[in-house]
Amino acid sequence: MLTSRTFLKRTRAGSVMKVVREHYLREDIACGAAACERCGEGEQPCEPRLEAQPSGAASSLCPAPHYLLPDTNVLLHQIDILEDPVITNVIVLQTVLQEVRKRSAPVYKRIRDVIAKPEKHFYSFTNEHHRQTYIEQEQGETSNDRNDRAIRMAVKWYDEHLKKLNNEETIQVILLTNDRSNKEKAVEEGLTAYTCEEYIKSLIANPDLVDRLASVSDEGKDIESGRIIFSEHLPLSKLQQGIKSGVYLQGTFRANRENYLEATVWVHGDAEENKEIIIQGLKNLNRAVHEDIVAVELLAKDEWVAPSSVVLQDEGQNEDDDENEEEKENILKSSINKNMLRPSGRVVGIIKRNWRPFCGMLSKSHIKEARRHLFTPADRRIPRIRIETRQASTLEGQRIIVAIDGWPRNSRYPNGHFVKNLGTAGDKETETEVLLLEHDVPHQPFSQAVLNFLPKMPWSITEEDMKVREDLRYLCVCSVDPPGCTDIDDALHCRELENGNLEAGVHIADVSHFIRPGNALDQESAKRGTTVYLCEKRIDMVPELLSSNLCSLRSNVDRLAFSCIWEMNHNAEILKTRFTKSVINSKASLTYAEAQMRIDSASMKDNITTSLRGLNKLAKLLKKRRIDNGALTLSSPEVRFHIDSETHDPIDLQTKELKETNSMVEEFMLLANISVAKKIHEEFSEHALLRKHPAPPPSNYDILVKAARSKNLEIKTDSAKALADTLDKAESPDFPYLNTLLRILATRCMMQAVYFCSGMDNDFHHYGLASPIYTHFTSPIRRYADIIVHRLLAVAIGADGTYPELTDKHKLADLCKNLNYRHKMAQYAQRASVAFHTQLFFKNKGVVNEEAYILFVRKNAIVVLIPKYGLEGTVFFEEKDKPKPKLSYNDEVPSLTVEKTTFYVFDKVKVNIVLDASNIQHQKIRMGLLEPKILESGVPNQTTELSTNNEPAKKKTKK
Amino acid sequence: MAGLELLSDEGYRVDGRRAGELRKVRARMGVFAQADGSAYIEQGNTKVLAVVYGPHEMRGSRSKALHDRALVNCQYSMATFSTGERKRRPHGDRKSSEMTLHLKQTFEAAILTQLYPRSQIDIYVQVLQADGGNYCASVNAATLATIDAGIPMRDYVCASSAGFIEDTPLADLNYVEEAAGGPQVALALLPKSDQIALLEMNSRLHEDHLDQVIEAAIKACKDIYTVLDQVVREHVHEVTTLLGE
Repeated sequence: MLTSRTFLKRTRAGSVMKVVREHYLREDIACGAAACERCGEGEQPCEPRLEAQPSGAASSLCPAPHYLLPDTNVLLHQIDILEDPVITNVIVLQTVLQEVRKRSAPVYKRIRDVIAKPEKHFYSFTNEHHRQTYIEQEQGETSNDRNDRAIRMAVKWYDEHLKKLNNEETIQVILLTNDRSNKEKAVEEGLTAYTCEEYIKSLIANPDLVDRLASVSDEGKDIESGRIIFSEHLPLSKLQQGIKSGVYLQGTFRANRENYLEATVWVHGDAEENKEIIIQGLKNLNRAVHEDIVAVELLAKDEWVAPSSVVLQDEGQNEDDDENEEEKENILKSSINKNMLRPSGRVVGIIKRNWRPFCGMLSKSHIKEARRHLFTPADRRIPRIRIETRQASTLEGQRIIVAIDGWPRNSRYPNGHFVKNLGTAGDKETETEVLLLEHDVPHQPFSQAVLNFLPKMPWSITEEDMKVREDLRYLCVCSVDPPGCTDIDDALHCRELENGNLEAGVHIADVSHFIRPGNALDQESAKRGTTVYLCEKRIDMVPELLSSNLCSLRSNVDRLAFSCIWEMNHNAEILKTRFTKSVINSKASLTYAEAQMRIDSASMKDNITTSLRGLNKLAKLLKKRRIDNGALTLSSPEVRFHIDSETHDPIDLQTKELKETNSMVEEFMLLANISVAKKIHEEFSEHALLRKHPAPPPSNYDILVKAARSKNLEIKTDSAKALADTLDKAESPDFPYLNTLLRILATRCMMQAVYFCSGMDNDFHHYGLASPIYTHFTSPIRRYADIIVHRLLAVAIGADGTYPELTDKHKLADLCKNLNYRHKMAQYAQRASVAFHTQLFFKNKGVVNEEAYILFVRKNAIVVLIPKYGLEGTVFFEEKDKPKPKLSYNDEVPSLTVEKTTFYVFDKVKVNIVLDASNIQHQKIRMGLLEPKILESGVPNQTTELSTNNEPAKKKTKK
Repeated sequence: MAGLELLSDEGYRVDGRRAGELRKVRARMGVFAQADGSAYIEQGNTKVLAVVYGPHEMRGSRSKALHDRALVNCQYSMATFSTGERKRRPHGDRKSSEMTLHLKQTFEAAILTQLYPRSQIDIYVQVLQADGGNYCASVNAATLATIDAGIPMRDYVCASSAGFIEDTPLADLNYVEEAAGGPQVALALLPKSDQIALLEMNSRLHEDHLDQVIEAAIKACKDIYTVLDQVVREHVHEVTTLLGE
């Protein structure tokens, strides 16, 4: 049957247009029930998804077998419940799916995933194209009402349809809706309808599901507490109008980490002024949550405020303490300096919520038996969330995940519901899970679909592989890696040629041979983007079979490789470069130390050692040339933990030391990357995946220059070369660590290096390496970018075929975006993991006194670096409940004078380190100053006080 | 806000069709008595009128005449009321002259022009309502009109478009699907001999996918052929019964 839809639409230009669309209504859409014989016989048979005997959870409301049919709002808000394995046999209507798709992309993705799982028995019924369930919008009917009617129509059709089955027991279809009028109408029409709450509560064996019900404000609840705290959000249409006319500004809301009553909004667009708007006070914040896209109205100039430097944490348990709030807000305002006033505003509406599930802990209500509790997220920028649960006592002290459902106008806190329990707080596994979740690192085990694409074991190199690859097994190849490395992705060789020149080769694991474009394995690796190394755990990008076995270039086995081979003269000038897919057989896998030993020992004269010596000689020449070109050598303190083999607790830490061999391997990797970058850019000027490192804006160097000046040194920053040279010269005979400190500071001035697609950008320069072009080729086991580069290079040398996505620069640009994001997150996760292990380490140590250097001077604190642990920390001079010491800060030098002691950058101080466990969710390392002593200040007191607290811990670790 | 979902996971397109299904085709031949041949076709909401004159003597400049075959003269135009917004379309704008050229090429390949040297065949096509696949509907209408005029052809020329969305080839695109900007192939086929009279593609498509898309377009052309053939047979039947009286 054919109908046509006609509707009027406003075009972008503002005129009204009539749109006519055809709509074909079908009779061959299957109902999806397994028992139904009449459906699914059409041309396109689709497997029935709903079980003939629905075996869902037993419900007291509806003991008969039944299918569920949720409406849009139930699906949107109760997706956590629907994802639970208990809920099966659900019909998802197309009407519902389309509405969900329009309203929330994440929920749509989740419901799609659920539908794809066969064990969940979810069926999506295309009711809008079905002849009997399609309805037309009536005159005067809103589209919401029409959709509700369409849903009821579908339920009715299912009821009648399923009655015609010759089953002993007819299967019921239950409409789940939280809309009261919809439910009433459904009951009027003779359908079975329950609210989601009713149904979930009726489930006999699963009382815990109730906690995960999202609390959706019914009309009834609104009356409960009539006090309205917040002003109403304006509707989207008004906001858009306002933004267009310039009354409101659109921006991303960023809550302040230190002060819950303050936030900044980063205004979108390129307007010069009012780029950053300050929002202060609960009412002005108006229920916006970190990362939301909001519309802001600027306040009049006389109401502008200055960013406060006060640290405020939301501690109130009771929600009716508005007076308190006002008091606190006054604190903010009292400390205003006229020059500091910034554009301020208030949030008038939310354009897009960016809520995600949050990790955190429950702060149990003081009232026993209470069901409503506050949840404190781990991220301080997220407000506390009120949840309703009956298992508060079991959840206490556990890390849990909570999702926000909404934030009514009369509520101090947003409402949410409990999603998942992660485990005991402070537990190593739980904390690792939390930091992975908070940094959005995909860490689930690989799914079967992904594992299916792995090669079948036992695997061996076939004749066909040998035919298309160069056999380099005769070469004396070896790998040099850190100790304990199982994913070896690079190996090297060097030999003298007959013509007297040297041949050096870098052999990289041929991961792209195993990961074919487009399959599930490829998609999963692309999504993960990178392997994440935590202190004692590795989150692999590719399944272990590949990362630690088939792709790992272990010694004395034949492995597939992608080789980059240079012919060089003895001055390390490249005469010829070639790339080839190859088969290699590594003769030895060495650690850096072992390789160093071989090079140094005079007695060893075997093939491997000569090869290493040749490489080392070339590497030195290469490095010298690179540095002459202006490449920077920067440093950042890196720490390694010695982990107790039984308890897996860190017992000692050690800063990583660099050997000559480290730089040897690095040098050849750089050379390979640069050679490959040139080659792929030559071949694919529009869609080569490259890596660039933009030069930092000059103002970034201010701290570095000022800090050096305080030590009477001059750092030039007009070019990378000048910076490298002056850094090299910046030394002080009585202060050998100064140079390292300067380099650490310089590192902080740098920009992030990023991946990009050559067709989308025209600045390719890599500032840090002083190379005009660069990419990543040498670690395909742990970085997805390298896999793409491998594929590009394989196409360039004719070793492999191309595929559509590879030559689509927009897809490549999207991929780069994801890779950059994943790399950043992996870095943060890594740092968080180190921080957590440092805490564990000091927890066992008690109080430690160490020497430290001042890295930065702040207004009320100094940031110090402890070289022994590579640990950085902040020493505060202001304490809660203590008289404030007199502080004076000089921005020019910079220096900070506390009472009578003045601190400069790079000063040597002595600090004590202690683990502050007073807040179990945010345990942190606290540092107190020991030397120089500050008179009349409360700091020494504080340290002694803390050390007594930690005495018992200290005793335990004594050996 | 999510854009329009052109192909749902269940395999339905926006208008309820599956990937390989055509829109409803309705056609009539001999709609005008004064022309030598005429036809009207509807493919979904795309409606096209085609009129054929000839073969007749060369009109206008005789120098254009070809000594060994007939000249096929085409003209494609769109009615001012054919789209959502009324728009004056002067003759000879770039789009319609391109379309004219395509039609000319298509029919030069199909009509046995060598039978009529030094003469001319005129094909006038007008789109009354446009909803995607204008070229294809024009070719199909012109085929029917040519048959109505009794001009000998090698075979029917059937045309259909095909697109490629979410790794699936879609046959017979409507306006919404065309406007989405994906790759689009227009193919005119001589179905009996599987010869391609014209193949046009716009937007980027990887060559790995080209075969599938052409396959889908060929399948659609053959489906069109079945429909057109039936229309012709019915028309002939109707005419002969009238004559028989």
